Amino acid sequence: MQWASWSAFFNMGGYAFYVWFSFGLTALCVIWEVLALRKRSQQALRLSKLLAQD
Amino acid sequence: MIIKWFKYSSPQTFYPLAGKMIPWFAWLAAILAIAGLYVSFAIAPTDFQQGEAYRIIFVHVPAAWMSMFIYIVMAGWAAIGLGLNARLSAMMAQALAPTGAIFTFLALVTGSLWGKPMWGAWWVWDARLTSELILLFLYLGFMALQSSIDDPRRADRAGALLALVGVVNVPIIYFSVKWWNTLHQGSTINMGVAPKMAMTMLLGMLLMALAFWMYTIAAALMRVRCIMLERERSADWVKELSVGGKS
Repeated sequence: MQWASWSAFFNMGGYAFYVWFSFGLTALCVIWEVLALRKRSQQALRLSKLLAQD
Repeated sequence: MIIKWFKYSSPQTFYPLAGKMIPWFAWLAAILAIAGLYVSFAIAPTDFQQGEAYRIIFVHVPAAWMSMFIYIVMAGWAAIGLGLNARLSAMMAQALAPTGAIFTFLALVTGSLWGKPMWGAWWVWDARLTSELILLFLYLGFMALQSSIDDPRRADRAGALLALVGVVNVPIIYFSVKWWNTLHQGSTINMGVAPKMAMTMLLGMLLMALAFWMYTIAAALMRVRCIMLERERSADWVKELSVGGKS
């Protein structure tokens, strides 16, 4: 373990903003992409279902 | 063997196969990411020059690798689609582009967040940064071009040409730190040369890169399934699938 305490971990040696922004933004992009893809596939299935029933 | 590959090269048979593959790659990505984050934050030592800020490397370098790697794979699929007139290959190229663009964006932003505390500047117009920015524009251009042409087969051909011309940019990005005197630091890992970093740092980076790789496969398969449904809406297999209620 590299860290004396949790607050030292969150502080990242004074670079907290840069480090956590980088990792946080990456996580957000991944979550956003997965949610957008789920929505897109549900919409595509719904629309083809409507077309198939015509 | 050959027959089998051709069998899976039609959207109708690839759709359910892709659906079965997605959870495997998603779980692999999650497990690798947890292991990678653990090594990155709990095991890898503090850098003696850059302090804790260097930990951005664990997301920046894998994102930058993926941005280039995805482009090459995308151009490869586009080339196969163009050469063999294979619609599934073209769909794969189309499915990879947004994920590649996201990783390029992340490489640029995390690089900026690393550059500010280390160089004192968010952005400089040096060769590495500029060529990576051009990569983002190539992805966005590919996506815009593809969506601006109504006929999907024509869109595939136009997109493939753009993707193939743009591939010249990838070696420029990769070798930019060698060819030009740039502010960006040299490559951390060189083929054939012992790595200049601690083994644990290297391990963290490799685990994160593998996690991104598995994630990319899962996301591209999810997207290619959407593209198949959207493009083949009037085909019988989509009708049967959507009425049957199975995904």
